[in-house]
Amino acid sequence: MKRYLRQQYMPHIWCPGCGNGIVLGALLRAISRLGWDQDRIAVVSGIGCSSRATGYLDFDTLHTTHGRALAFATGLKLARPELKVIVVGGDGDLAAIGGNHLIHAARRNIDITTICVNNRIYGMTSGQASPLTPKGRLATTAPYGNVDRPFDLCQLVQAAGATYVARSTTYHVRQLCNLIAEALENRGFSFVEAVAQCPVYYGRRNRLGTAVDMLKYYRDHAVTVRAAQSMQPEQLADKIIIGRLHHVVEPDYESEYARVMEEARRRADR
Amino acid sequence: MSERGEIRLVQGNEACAEAALAAGVRFFAGYPITPSSEIAEIMAVRLPQLGGKFIQMEDEIASMAATIGASLAGVKAMTATSGPGFSLKQENIGYAALAEIPCVVVNVQRIGPSTGMPTSPSQGDVMQSRWGTHGDHPVVVFCPWSVREVYDLTVHSVNVAERLRMPVILLMDEVVAHMREKIEIPPQVETVDRPRPSGDRQDYLPYDDSSDVPPMAAFGDGYRFHVTGLYHGPSGFPTTDPEVADRLIRRLCGKVQRRRQQLALTSAHLVDDAEVLVVAYGAAARSALRAVREARSEGVRAGLLKISTIWPFPQEVLLSLAARVRRVVVVEMNLGQLVLEVERVLKGRAPVQHVGRVDGELVTPEEIRAALEGV
Amino acid sequence: MRARIEFNPRWCKACGICIAFCPASVFDTDQDGRPIVARPEACTGCQLCELRCPDFAIAVEVEREGE
Repeated sequence: MKRYLRQQYMPHIWCPGCGNGIVLGALLRAISRLGWDQDRIAVVSGIGCSSRATGYLDFDTLHTTHGRALAFATGLKLARPELKVIVVGGDGDLAAIGGNHLIHAARRNIDITTICVNNRIYGMTSGQASPLTPKGRLATTAPYGNVDRPFDLCQLVQAAGATYVARSTTYHVRQLCNLIAEALENRGFSFVEAVAQCPVYYGRRNRLGTAVDMLKYYRDHAVTVRAAQSMQPEQLADKIIIGRLHHVVEPDYESEYARVMEEARRRADR
Repeated sequence: MSERGEIRLVQGNEACAEAALAAGVRFFAGYPITPSSEIAEIMAVRLPQLGGKFIQMEDEIASMAATIGASLAGVKAMTATSGPGFSLKQENIGYAALAEIPCVVVNVQRIGPSTGMPTSPSQGDVMQSRWGTHGDHPVVVFCPWSVREVYDLTVHSVNVAERLRMPVILLMDEVVAHMREKIEIPPQVETVDRPRPSGDRQDYLPYDDSSDVPPMAAFGDGYRFHVTGLYHGPSGFPTTDPEVADRLIRRLCGKVQRRRQQLALTSAHLVDDAEVLVVAYGAAARSALRAVREARSEGVRAGLLKISTIWPFPQEVLLSLAARVRRVVVVEMNLGQLVLEVERVLKGRAPVQHVGRVDGELVTPEEIRAALEGV
Repeated sequence: MRARIEFNPRWCKACGICIAFCPASVFDTDQDGRPIVARPEACTGCQLCELRCPDFAIAVEVEREGE
């Protein structure tokens, strides 16, 4: 699995106990399991802690502007469909400034797998609230408790048209790896939300303890999709529903556009 | 005798699209906006016929991003917009400049700021085309005054973008974009491809600064390289090393500065014995040429310097012509933008007068004649 | 089954996750908070330490009998 790392740049920049490395490890193990050609993988990221992952990965890697990874990736994928394109980003990057591109990429069902490292905070800029910061939680820009209500990002992306949606946590790392592998194999827009700990900002400010404590929190607050079905909304209030949330098979954007190209050539030849 | 091209009545926007295809553009990402939508509409029809790809993105930020993404896949890529969209694209244009990604951005100017008057022409984006994105950065901006020059400068924009690994802006205005002219479509055009790496893929440095334009690999060819909008060294990995940063940005800006004269395209009309020099570009230069001819017929020795490269500004040509005239009249459809460059370059060597129009109408020969008649 | 634990102190940032979640309590903690492979024989080769390490600093090589 280390063969996928640019080891000359390690150790990475993430803080001690940060969940980014765990999610990245799960992604690399999923790629290794699928045996993908290392020369045909492109990883695209936006701006933020998790988006620094691309620098450490020995693939074709593209570190773009804040929130725009999916738009860059769409051009890359459409221009060269044989590339396996993966987008890595954080909750702020993908769901705040990048929200418009996220829902449109899902709507198009373009064959891109997006891994959202959801640490519920802006880590890189040291602790501001994000669209995934739970109501009432503290952040540098929510000093009296967050008044915003967070997205249910998986529901949002599913409603926008994603054909594979799943969620897991850095505690449930084997499941996370399995779900990422399924997402990578889904031909179409696949979205995996990886709830991950940010002990230095989100954890400390909200007195959630160390990285170890935060992982224990995920262990104790996760419920499977099946279990959640028989629970009441108020029971689910502080729960993290994990597992495969949605999977349907629908034509992906490139194969639809390939049909456009055949039609265009047919008419032009006539 | 070179093979004759097809003679056709062509709209400016159509010439832009067809020229891009002739130059090898095989990807276009766009978003609807008057007065440039025709380019996207034509690309939507034509690109798939040629094995290329068209996509309408969710906004101009996304279409600029997708254009860069496609270029990284090794494909010549272009986007087109107008003022409001041009403003939205600025951050990613800066990204393409820093990460050295060849691409062409067409901006068909309409009167601004803000929504302005979408169908009315203007030349008010001149400074934005130079300084629209933050930070020092290289930029090349071409500006056509005829449908044929739209064709030629579009091809040239693609070639310069590829040769110098950077974004090139084709700055049109609504008049040139929407008017139709009979033009000869050249049977073939010169095409330039970005420098490609040779040698062992393991040692490839995407930003090898031994030459001022590093060879550029494509994603998917096994080079496995990193591209970022952060300052970076030759390997492409982010850096905060002051010396590396200084060398990077000076190399990037040097790409244009070192080729300033070669990039600066102009044409001079009736200047040999001119006493008053009109400086103009785009549609305004058409009115200016008419005004210069009319003034000449009444004994006023006027001449025109038509500027086709807005940036890098053709200062050497201006200096040589201005040395021979008593005064300079700059004509542009704004309250004074390129005139600031003219004044900066001339440094008082010749008095400079500005004829501007900001009511959404094309500046007329009569308005310019009035300025030429003056002492 | 024999498991060999490889540890890279240069990459490890002493977050303590491997130590806290090792089902067989293989690790002790050094004064910097980094893991010490104190009871290698107890290791079951479950690889949870490797899977949950944020720093790619620990790897578990598992040799099944007859491999």
